Amino acid sequence: MATMVQAIRMALHYGEAHLGLKDVFGEDVGPPLGGVFTATQGLKTSWNSPLDERGIIGAAIGLGLAGSRCVAEIQFCDYIYNTIDLLKLAGMQSWSSLGDWNLPMTVMTPVGSGIRGSIYHSHSFDATMTHIPGWKIVMPSNALDAYGLMLACLKEPNPTMYLKPKALMRVRSQERIPGEPPLTPEGEKQLKEMIDAPLGNRTQWSPRWPEGLTDYTVEIGVAQTVRQGEHVTVVSYGRTLPLCAQAADLLKGEGISVEVIDLRTLWPYDWNHVSESIRKTKRVIYVNEDTEVTNFGEHLIRRTVEDEELFYSLEARPRLLAGEFIPGIGLADPLEMASVPQLPRIVEIIRQVVQERA
Amino acid sequence: MEERSLKKSKFRLEPQLLVQIHNHMVQARVLEERLIRMYKQSDGYFWIGGPGEEAFNVSLGLQVKKGQGLDYDYLHLHYRSGAILSAMGLHPLGALRQMKNTATDPYSGGRNFSNHFSKREWNVVPISSTIETQYSTAIGSAIAQRRKGGTGITIVNGGDAGTAEGDFASCLIWSSRPGAELPLLIIVTNNQWGISTPAATQHGDKKISDRGQAFGIRSQTINGNDVEEAYLSIQEAMQYVRTERKPFLLEARVSRLYGHSSATGCNFVTDEEDSLALFESQLKAAGIMSQKEISESKEKLNAEMLEMSQRVKQEPLPDASTIYDFTYSKQKGRYW
Repeated sequence: MATMVQAIRMALHYGEAHLGLKDVFGEDVGPPLGGVFTATQGLKTSWNSPLDERGIIGAAIGLGLAGSRCVAEIQFCDYIYNTIDLLKLAGMQSWSSLGDWNLPMTVMTPVGSGIRGSIYHSHSFDATMTHIPGWKIVMPSNALDAYGLMLACLKEPNPTMYLKPKALMRVRSQERIPGEPPLTPEGEKQLKEMIDAPLGNRTQWSPRWPEGLTDYTVEIGVAQTVRQGEHVTVVSYGRTLPLCAQAADLLKGEGISVEVIDLRTLWPYDWNHVSESIRKTKRVIYVNEDTEVTNFGEHLIRRTVEDEELFYSLEARPRLLAGEFIPGIGLADPLEMASVPQLPRIVEIIRQVVQERA
Repeated sequence: MEERSLKKSKFRLEPQLLVQIHNHMVQARVLEERLIRMYKQSDGYFWIGGPGEEAFNVSLGLQVKKGQGLDYDYLHLHYRSGAILSAMGLHPLGALRQMKNTATDPYSGGRNFSNHFSKREWNVVPISSTIETQYSTAIGSAIAQRRKGGTGITIVNGGDAGTAEGDFASCLIWSSRPGAELPLLIIVTNNQWGISTPAATQHGDKKISDRGQAFGIRSQTINGNDVEEAYLSIQEAMQYVRTERKPFLLEARVSRLYGHSSATGCNFVTDEEDSLALFESQLKAAGIMSQKEISESKEKLNAEMLEMSQRVKQEPLPDASTIYDFTYSKQKGRYW
């Protein structure tokens, strides 16, 4: 019953033990803190870098070019924006050199709202990141996927961006990560004792990693249906995905059958999976929390309406529910609630789309 | 210049090496001038390069530990580095193909500007038009080489204008972390220009190398137009980085003989020192080469370069259907 952050930590441990991961670094990533969300506690290869995002991304590129696999962390995606040209550079190493070079590197960064992070700890990054070609981009919504997608990134010959929804970091998995203790309260306690660093002096602490962690990998580019339904397709990822699943469960009582798809990979995304579902339900809503203008969901709507067969099969307008187009997320509770999609708005838009007349 | 030539007539380097350096300098210069001519004849959209930096760049290229992998030197270069690669043995045909953006361009397949080399076989990472990012990416290969040990080092170079960017500060900070110093030779070829802007109007520092001292980085400023000073300074700096596994900041004052790029006309400027002309006067004064030998060498290389450029003009441009190729490693065609 690992949390997402424990799952990431175990995946990184598996990576350094079995997949040639040599450096996990960034601001406060190494001991004693092990990351501000504790995702890198106890790792053999983790170390602290200067507080310099450009240096972090540049170092990751250089390590990758030298064939040394790394995971670099930007502490919050709000602080990744001054590295955009380096991200672009990373994405073009193979293309600009006509395949002479490849770049095995992973950047991970916490994204989104949900921790009352105010203006500079609540940004999303999926809309911006999906504008940068040459990367593969993943965003888990549960602990098991967090583990499997990290392993997929660590096996990639291309640069990978691993977006961590910070609101879900402490959410426990409903599914067991192969090798972790049993999904019981005792198992949960046992895992905590094994891999969570104690408070206070940690100089003598070292983790006891679960034996039997496996190579469980979630293939990049493969979506997952988390709720089967007939009346409408809801496509989401990250923080809003569990909300969409919750909405589907609530609406079942009203006789509304909602199919919920977790995209899991933003690039390359699983269009076959999504479009097959839309063909079945003939209605679709895309949900994410990045700002709504030039939002990734807008691209998915474009795919929906440009596919002639799909477009003419629709029985309702395809819709996007996303974050408001404002510079940041305000700190006060009413401000954050109004800035990004919450459960009531998701429920409401599903009702609207299902009730829309063909 | 005459007085200087006489003063330097007693070389410390072996005559054979001096002739070798001269040959590479001529080849690099003749190549750049051919590229410029191609641009002016509409056989390329844009020229940018490094004529004027040959004395320093050839001296550097000859001392690179060339090869692939961590045991060899990694090169994070910029677009004025052609003479480094010439000295390392790069065939000029590839540069001509890149100028003409043909499908046969071995560095980018017609995708990138002239002098934007990439050669994994020699650890030459893709050169970018950005003027500073190489100072950040160099950190990474140096970290890997610190871990590996041995004598392979990372070499990064860029111009003085690029040192205004934060990446240069990143390079100084990351390479000098206490207990985690990096085997990184940090080079600034200072031509005292940022496109059309004189450095003196933007930079208050007298020497860029002074910035290294704040980080405890061994630093030096040299006359990069003097072959022997350049060669021996590079030798010393490299030896330090290879053996001590610590960074060295080397600032070389150089000339920019054809302006910034074709965007500023790419015409020969007469008010900057020409390191090749200076070196030739020194070689003649020392009796190492005659004017006849120098002229013959240039004529021969000019003829070869002309023949190759004519051949390149006949080669096909890349097919439009290939635009998606290699967006991802080993990927052909559109991904989605």
